[in-house]
Amino acid sequence: MGANVVTIPAGDSWQLPSRGRTGMISLIVAESAIFTIFVAAYVFYIGKSPDGPTPKQILHVPIFATICLLSSSLTMHAAADSLRRGKTAAFRLLWILTLLLGLIFIISTAREWHRLIYGQGFTIETNLFGTTYYSLVGLHASHVIAGLAGLTIVAILGVLGKVRSEHSERCDILALYWHFVDAVWIVVFSVVYVIGR
Amino acid sequence: MASESIALTVHRSPLQVVYEWMATVDHKKIGLMYIVYALLFLVIMGIEAILMRIQLAHSNSTFLSPQVFNRLFTMHGTTGVFFVAMPILFGFANYLVPLMIGARDMAFPRLNAFSFWMTAFGGLLLYASFFAGKGFSQGGIAPDVGWFAYAPLTAPAFSPGHSTDYWTLSLLIAGVGSIGGAVNFIATIISMRCRGMTLSRMPLMAWMSLVMSSLVLVTISPLTAAQLMLMVDRYMGGHFFDTTAGGSVVIWIHFFWIFGHPEVYVLIIPCFGFISEIVPVFSRKAMFGYPAMVAASVGIGFVSLGVWAHHMFTVGMPSYGNAFFVLTTMVVAVPTGIKIFNWLATMWGGKIVFATPMIFCIGFLFQFLIAGLTGIMLATAPFDWQLANSYFVVAHFHYVIVGGILFSIFAAFYYWYPKITGRMLSEMLGKWHFWIFLIGFHLTFDFMHVPGLLGMPRRIYTYEAGRGWETWNMISSIGVIFQAAGILIFVYNMIQSYFRGTIAGNDPWDAWTLEWSTTSPPPEYDFATLPVVRSRRPLWDLKHPDDPDWKYE
Ligand code: HEM
Ligand SMILES: [Cu+2]
Repeated sequence: MGANVVTIPAGDSWQLPSRGRTGMISLIVAESAIFTIFVAAYVFYIGKSPDGPTPKQILHVPIFATICLLSSSLTMHAAADSLRRGKTAAFRLLWILTLLLGLIFIISTAREWHRLIYGQGFTIETNLFGTTYYSLVGLHASHVIAGLAGLTIVAILGVLGKVRSEHSERCDILALYWHFVDAVWIVVFSVVYVIGR
Repeated sequence: MASESIALTVHRSPLQVVYEWMATVDHKKIGLMYIVYALLFLVIMGIEAILMRIQLAHSNSTFLSPQVFNRLFTMHGTTGVFFVAMPILFGFANYLVPLMIGARDMAFPRLNAFSFWMTAFGGLLLYASFFAGKGFSQGGIAPDVGWFAYAPLTAPAFSPGHSTDYWTLSLLIAGVGSIGGAVNFIATIISMRCRGMTLSRMPLMAWMSLVMSSLVLVTISPLTAAQLMLMVDRYMGGHFFDTTAGGSVVIWIHFFWIFGHPEVYVLIIPCFGFISEIVPVFSRKAMFGYPAMVAASVGIGFVSLGVWAHHMFTVGMPSYGNAFFVLTTMVVAVPTGIKIFNWLATMWGGKIVFATPMIFCIGFLFQFLIAGLTGIMLATAPFDWQLANSYFVVAHFHYVIVGGILFSIFAAFYYWYPKITGRMLSEMLGKWHFWIFLIGFHLTFDFMHVPGLLGMPRRIYTYEAGRGWETWNMISSIGVIFQAAGILIFVYNMIQSYFRGTIAGNDPWDAWTLEWSTTSPPPEYDFATLPVVRSRRPLWDLKHPDDPDWKYE
């Protein structure tokens, strides 16, 4: 029997935005809303901790890690670009470079936390500042880790020679997420290390 | 082909059927699971409401203990918003949107299944608290902190045991499901429309799903964030809402309502979609003012993001804060009024068919209007100082949620049940359902405004005699009997029509959107060949090739 289908000629060509990209942008909007609330809480609570330590006393500004994370956006962009042009060797190199830069960032965060927790005895429980600091930075770090997991999968597939230019759409979508994570860091960095310190 | 699939059904064991449903990624099956799951929770929350109404029917009642009463209103509210209204609306959207835009499935079928199961798991987790919420520290079972769980009530000192953790975790998990669902709807609607289905030709139901999903992205996420903070406080000794360490309880209230107010629009906007599909078909006219309708919905979506503190007039705000939130809330009335006039204008001069879906829509129109008016009253800060946290507020929001949202959901059931099952619901039982439920609704909620005006606070487990509240409460409680009877008729109608209803055929209502072009129920792949459309009413064009819509649009 089959469906009684409408068949009326529509004329010109029919092209819609890719669903992967639309989905990723929607996800980024949702994530941005989560970060907005955490940032709002952080800003609201700046200087409200009744007891120390204060940010000025214990936080070291992570300049090197920040430079690494931000430049990983550039290498990511270049990697995606090379894949689109079919230069898989360049892609592989740049992608792995991105992964390494991201790893440097997360390792330096881990070392910073180690210093704070074991060196200074400063934890999420210590005071209100500790609560907001570990939550906001930790929320961002967990996104970096999620991004790194994605990057690693693609890197492994790339080394196995399974990533070709027809996959560039997917890599672009992952790149979108990575750029978002980097952009959030600019906000987190400004709030925690510039305004809040 | 039909006989083949029947043969297959016969040979499958029950286990295989269960497996098939659990593993499915078909948007129709997932939509149905959302709907059935929500109906189960509807019954549970209804029982909770009945218990509370028995307790409040007369003064000094000892039917329930105060502790149980607190658990009941918390579970009733939480269940209603997160595990009845949201899933039922997500379910309908899941089932209908791909069909309406001429797609074969959602953009991400596996994400779709994941989202459903997260939501389902969230609901089960909430109710698992009845068995495990006590924890080792002898706290209460089931959450009892109210559906908005104001701090510091949720602090470990005031909520020992795990009941509050169940509340937090279940909403967090269900929230992940909702966000996944919203991402999926947006990607589907933006990227999966069939040829010729431009945004300006899309059925209003699809438009409303788009607006609803966009709102979900920016409202459920703040709730998720706030729940994460609450978990940091409860599990890791954090101080977000801990006033002894400089934390603020007011910031929880802000975060909650930044979620909470847009959430009510997440619930009502898909209902606008139902009404906008059903009213034109039963008025035998095209929708009046389609672009205005879309603009008004998008407008409501935006404005609703800036009104949350009308829930906080009594919390205390500077006068400019009060003024701002009074004004923004009043502004909502403008696009809402546009919508009501559009529906009325669609009916105006039409050949109205008073079938069950349509009469539920008419009920919606009246009741939603009144609910909006009490909303405007509450949005006036001085008036709200008097009535906040009274039964007037309870009456207001039940007027919207039952009189508006639930009525339009009933309309949607009567309208799309034939598409989903292939059989019509009984019109006779439908009319009985409508009238009995209508009487019950008005008995309960019209009269509930009065004790509110007389000063009866919400969330009290009993009250003294002689304050003039008894009669009103008794009438409200009596109304519940009628509402329950109406629901029973509805459930009976759905079950018996499933087996004995008249065969619906593809298009029983002579409607105009694409879901009616395929079989009832639709095949797994929805459309044998993907449709192509040239106007907002593709089926009209098909049925009237001599006078198609696209000549005029
Ligand atoms: C569109 C559908 C609507 C729904 C689903 C809805 C739902 C609700 C709910 C659930 C509450 C109470 C929350 C609580 O305290 O637990 C509430 C309160 C309120 N609503 Fe509505 N509402 C709707 C429309 C409106 C409109 C159109 C207005 C005004 C223009 C409005 C104004 C208010 C105000 C001011 C309050 C706060 C009352 C108070 O707590 O003192 N609502 N609404
Ligand atoms: Cu509100």
